[in-house]
Amino acid sequence: MARVDLQHDGAGRCVIVFQGRWTLHDTVPSVGKLALRLESDCRGGAVSFSCAGLTAWDSRFLTFCRSVLETLEGRGIAYDTSGLPDGVLRLLSLAAQVPEREGAAVSRKSPLSARMGEALHAAFAGTISVMEFIGDVTLSVLRMCIGRAVFRWSDTFALLRFCGAQSLPIVSLISMLAGLIFAFVGAVQLKMFGAEIYVASLVGIAMLRVMGAVMTAIIVSGRVGAAFAAELGTMQVNEEIDAFSTFGISPLDFLVLPRMLALVLMMPLLCVYANLMGIVGGAAVGWLMLDINLHQYFNMTWQTVSLTHFGVGIAHSVVFGFVVAVCSCYMGIHCGRSASAVGKATTSAVVSSIVSIVVATAVITFLCNILGI
Amino acid sequence: MNTDSEHLGVRGLKVAYGDFVLMRDVSFSIRRGDIFVIMGGSGCGKSTLLKVLVGLKSPAEGQVLYEGQSLWQADAGARRDMLRKTGMLYQSGALWSSLSLAENVALPLEQYTSLNKKEIRELAEFKLALVGLAGFADFYPSEISGGMRKRAGLARAMALDPEILFFDEPSAGLDPVSAYLLDELILEIRESLDATVVLVTHELPSIFAIGTNSIFLDVSRRTMTASGNPKTLLNTSDDPALIRFLTRGQGHVQEVR
Repeated sequence: MARVDLQHDGAGRCVIVFQGRWTLHDTVPSVGKLALRLESDCRGGAVSFSCAGLTAWDSRFLTFCRSVLETLEGRGIAYDTSGLPDGVLRLLSLAAQVPEREGAAVSRKSPLSARMGEALHAAFAGTISVMEFIGDVTLSVLRMCIGRAVFRWSDTFALLRFCGAQSLPIVSLISMLAGLIFAFVGAVQLKMFGAEIYVASLVGIAMLRVMGAVMTAIIVSGRVGAAFAAELGTMQVNEEIDAFSTFGISPLDFLVLPRMLALVLMMPLLCVYANLMGIVGGAAVGWLMLDINLHQYFNMTWQTVSLTHFGVGIAHSVVFGFVVAVCSCYMGIHCGRSASAVGKATTSAVVSSIVSIVVATAVITFLCNILGI
Repeated sequence: MNTDSEHLGVRGLKVAYGDFVLMRDVSFSIRRGDIFVIMGGSGCGKSTLLKVLVGLKSPAEGQVLYEGQSLWQADAGARRDMLRKTGMLYQSGALWSSLSLAENVALPLEQYTSLNKKEIRELAEFKLALVGLAGFADFYPSEISGGMRKRAGLARAMALDPEILFFDEPSAGLDPVSAYLLDELILEIRESLDATVVLVTHELPSIFAIGTNSIFLDVSRRTMTASGNPKTLLNTSDDPALIRFLTRGQGHVQEVR
């Protein structure tokens, strides 16, 4: 067991006596108590050390000794370290060889008001940065329109395939299940009034008007947005984005523009497909649970839904495509330069995409309400 | 080649990250044809200084002059024109991972020349052959070794026959033989392209083997404390930090040939 004691030698000087095992696996006394005794008993006299009873030591002992020496220095008490083991003296001297770099230590603790101010400032700077990014992307689109953007159509086609065709299985599954759930929940209520046939209207309008687009956008933000953020973030870590800049090639043209195009073009198509799958899911419930004839079901859907519903859904999906592309590419391009930064960028891309999708849905619904659509 | 004229100049440079000043009062002049070494210990800001020189990070104060023209005061078009005459080899190679080696070299050529696809492909293959990667044109960066990636990065940096080549720790992570071969390659390319080379490194064998001029950034004083030919500095300097750096911490000078 580790012990430390403060004794006085024949000349009345303080001696710090260490005994027992001082290793990482042992319980050791606190420096605080010893410091208090040093303050009261040893002021004005030199302090020495005795390690005769010390049986084992490692870095635990070193940190204790370092704290004791700092305490002695801080209180202006003279000391003689010759009683410490040679190895301890050598390691303490090694640790003190390179002085702490001036200005390198940053205070991690600041008052709550300062932290709130910093957070507000960061949020404001972040908003400005996103606006700048959207402005730069707009210029990039304009450069593409006049044929001056540097990017590869082959990359764009590969991205179209990645965003579109390769998303079909997961979009099919989720949309069909969403249609099925709407129909099931609606059926329970409508059955009470003998109005089961209106399940077709419920599912059709909900999917076409908003839910098809929202479900698709959430799936795409998780599948495609996360991939884009991770890919661009890794390129940032590997200095590939710097390499574009040194050749005078805009990373926005070469990397962001094709991704933006792919998402804005593919999202409406995926939305149409998700609408169909949702209606199929609803029809399955109508046919199997409510004994509605399939012909009747689709006929009711056809009569209820209008081109306006379809158009509103498509408008949602175009906006969602843009939002997911901006969130994922912004997070990727502004990623830090470490492995953890890539993970953080990917998470931020998905979270900010989903939040933006919900906010955009609320805004569009509000606008449609005002316009009477 | 006019070796007396200043190709790249730095005047009173101060570089900072927010409130933290990384270096200040840095001034030096690189002559045409120099192999200029930026030396210093880890964390002294060598790579950051290189980023300021190639337009990736703006300085807090001071000027970077390309043939007398200020890089950071020029408009975007003029800056692009200045940087078009440069090539950079990054520490990791920084090859574009989704493109093959030939496509990596070809992209700057597609951007800045009006050559047809066949000519660009031939040029890309030739540049790769120059760095010893003949036959690897259709390989992807993930399919080749670290040393080969650096050489491919060098081929890409040379794509537009630059007047100034920047190297960020080219020998880092290479075995001694590969590092020696890369030094030889840098020398040959400097000779054949008539290029000025700016090299950031702390590899002593490379510094003494190829450096013709240098500066030393002192991490504790946060500024440059010496400039001149590395061998001359070793024999004449009385700066203890520089001598420790150039003698691998031994502090006494041995003859360097």
